[in-house]
Amino acid sequence: MLGDLGAADEAVTRRLKALACTAPLHDLDARKSHLEWVDAAGYQMSEIALQAIDQVTLAMDFDHGADQEQVVRRLVPFIAAQGPDRPVKEHDRVGHWVVDSLLNVGSVDRGFKVDYGAFDTEGRYVRRRFDFKLLVELAAPDGQVFLRATDEAINVLVGALDTDVESAQVAAEVKLENLIRRGRLGDARLAAEQARYRTVQYAEALRAKLDATQRDVRSVDWMAAVPELIEEALAHIESRYRAETAILSNIADARDDATEPARRRQAAELVVIVNDCIRRHTQLQARLQEAGAMFRAEQDRQQFSGSPQRASVDVFGQLLRPCLELGVATAVAPTSAFFGAVAGVRVPSVLSLGGLVETLLVPTVERDPFGAAVPEPDLMDAEPDRFSEEHWQRAGDLLQLPEVGRRLSGLLAEARTIDPELPGLVLLRVMHAVGSSISTARGQGDDGLCLAVDDGTVLDDEEFGGSDLLVTLAGLTRASDRASDPAAGPAVGPAVGLAADAEEVA
Amino acid sequence: MTGEALRPRDAESAAQLVALGMRPKQLPSRDSTYADLVGRYRDDDGFKDLVHSVAAGLGLVVLAVTEQSGAVLAATEESVFEIKMDEYARRTALQNRQSDKVLHGLAQLAVAALAFPRPDDLGNDSYVGRVSVELVDGAVREACRVLEERANGGGDPLSEAPELERVWRMYLRRPAAAATKDGRVASDTTRGIAARALRFLAEQGFLVAVGDSGVYRTTPRYQVQVRELAAQRTFDELLELGVLPATSAEGSLHVAAAETLT
Repeated sequence: MLGDLGAADEAVTRRLKALACTAPLHDLDARKSHLEWVDAAGYQMSEIALQAIDQVTLAMDFDHGADQEQVVRRLVPFIAAQGPDRPVKEHDRVGHWVVDSLLNVGSVDRGFKVDYGAFDTEGRYVRRRFDFKLLVELAAPDGQVFLRATDEAINVLVGALDTDVESAQVAAEVKLENLIRRGRLGDARLAAEQARYRTVQYAEALRAKLDATQRDVRSVDWMAAVPELIEEALAHIESRYRAETAILSNIADARDDATEPARRRQAAELVVIVNDCIRRHTQLQARLQEAGAMFRAEQDRQQFSGSPQRASVDVFGQLLRPCLELGVATAVAPTSAFFGAVAGVRVPSVLSLGGLVETLLVPTVERDPFGAAVPEPDLMDAEPDRFSEEHWQRAGDLLQLPEVGRRLSGLLAEARTIDPELPGLVLLRVMHAVGSSISTARGQGDDGLCLAVDDGTVLDDEEFGGSDLLVTLAGLTRASDRASDPAAGPAVGPAVGLAADAEEVA
Repeated sequence: MTGEALRPRDAESAAQLVALGMRPKQLPSRDSTYADLVGRYRDDDGFKDLVHSVAAGLGLVVLAVTEQSGAVLAATEESVFEIKMDEYARRTALQNRQSDKVLHGLAQLAVAALAFPRPDDLGNDSYVGRVSVELVDGAVREACRVLEERANGGGDPLSEAPELERVWRMYLRRPAAAATKDGRVASDTTRGIAARALRFLAEQGFLVAVGDSGVYRTTPRYQVQVRELAAQRTFDELLELGVLPATSAEGSLHVAAAETLT
């Protein structure tokens, strides 16, 4: 009687656990109303979560997983379909929130737990805790963190809870063939996708074994378990390959025969999925074929060396593994003992009373209120300016031009009569006027600025060569001045006034 | 030399050797004074006794003094030189205190286990081990997974007594890696804890980083420390708990005494 109870109990437990795996998804929709940054009523969070698990699962190959950003990027179109009038930024944030929630970011273990009751071997009712995760983060060799879906997540996703990987795959594919024969392609697609998830799950199990072998040959049973597994897997791939090739040709026929556009499209999609299945099988097969060689190489690498030179403790087998089997509270003593002994010595920083007193008694360094002495500068005679104050004054007078402006040659000739040095300064000031910037003059608040324009006339001078520039003084007017002048029309910028003046010059 | 009486000058030399042992990155091969002192320790029994006495007075044990490792010291319990687990793992939340302590200790144990995968490696003075975060976390996780497989049918842990939970289960539950907001790997993950262990050992002069690849190689000092003290002490603790580790085919569990090393 107790046996009956136990068996029934086990089935209940299995179902309870299966049920628990869906809880985080329900929880998403329950919690969404508490989000302050979004009016989440329009989003179906559990649907987004299922999509997210889909995306992560599909990105899982032997070596790769999906980056969180990548997953969210692929999710955004789906989220956008649920809330098309919401900003893209919000879609992105919802995506991140869902993925974070599936990871359960914020808890130390980044996982979920649920309590359930069960009868133990003596028939007593005890509460147990079931820990599970849906998405996990793993680090790639380059340190990047990527996501993988757990077995629980894949099981929740495909709805085939607590079943054996292989038999489930066989069942799924038999179903697929039936569906195709009956022409129910929508269902066939679903079944094909399920088959693909099963394949991924199978590859994942194998990957773990190969990884372990790479680390330590002895940790994996290569005498019986692994060869058996590889043989099974190869046989499995062979039959799957045959089945899928058959399915592929069937669907191709179905696709070509179909007259309905919808069914045609469904069939075409199915071809893509089955092709992907075949690709994954091929990948798995390649790994399987390499497995034997990898084992031999690893065995060579990790080969046992000669007889022990000095008997020692086997740290892994005799210390680490027994510690892992202890209860958490009991394990504190041996692990702490190891730590204390292996950590070496710490050199304490010494604080002596004598030193402290001395430090405290040292008088503070007095500071001169006037600061340090200013060093006497070593002065040198500066080069005298080429042009004196008087020169500048004269040149300024010369450039106080009449309205019509003058030629450079005339200015130079007049300057020469005043002072032999003056033409040089006049020339330099005129050269400067060639590129006069209006904005600078306006910024300085000048009333006008000197402008020089080249009209192609060649300068005929005893000292200098080049163009005989036209020089004029342009007045600057301000928009504000004009506005205050009732006679003026609508306010115009100073540049307009200047243009008029410059035109006159030309 | 042994016949001569020891003078205060000898005490100074002995103390100097102990002091050099506290600077793990200083090596006899790079310092002629150090090399001379190591040579004297090897040849002069009176000096050797003096070194041991000086160390004992300070609360230290001399594990080995060799050309390769220099003077390797260990702190006795309650000595000022002792590094306590509470200081090492102080940045943990109170609720996970116990499990975090165990995880930190396990990480150290795993580093030693992966650095010296076979008893031979630990016994062979010329052996140089290589460890990395991936190796440490990967191997422990795999060991946990094997235990999980073996325990299949044992059922889930009782929810009323978390302290009775097996260590492997706790390790498996802890994520391997988790990205923080600023893109680093979170420190309370198993990889974060393993990385901390490796960094700490490198600071202590037990490991040396090989390039920027994240791989560390062991130093003779680390080998001595694990072999002569840490492994033995943990073994004793396990025996006291009644856990009898299975002896491997490779030999008995005799641990060589420090004197026979030279």
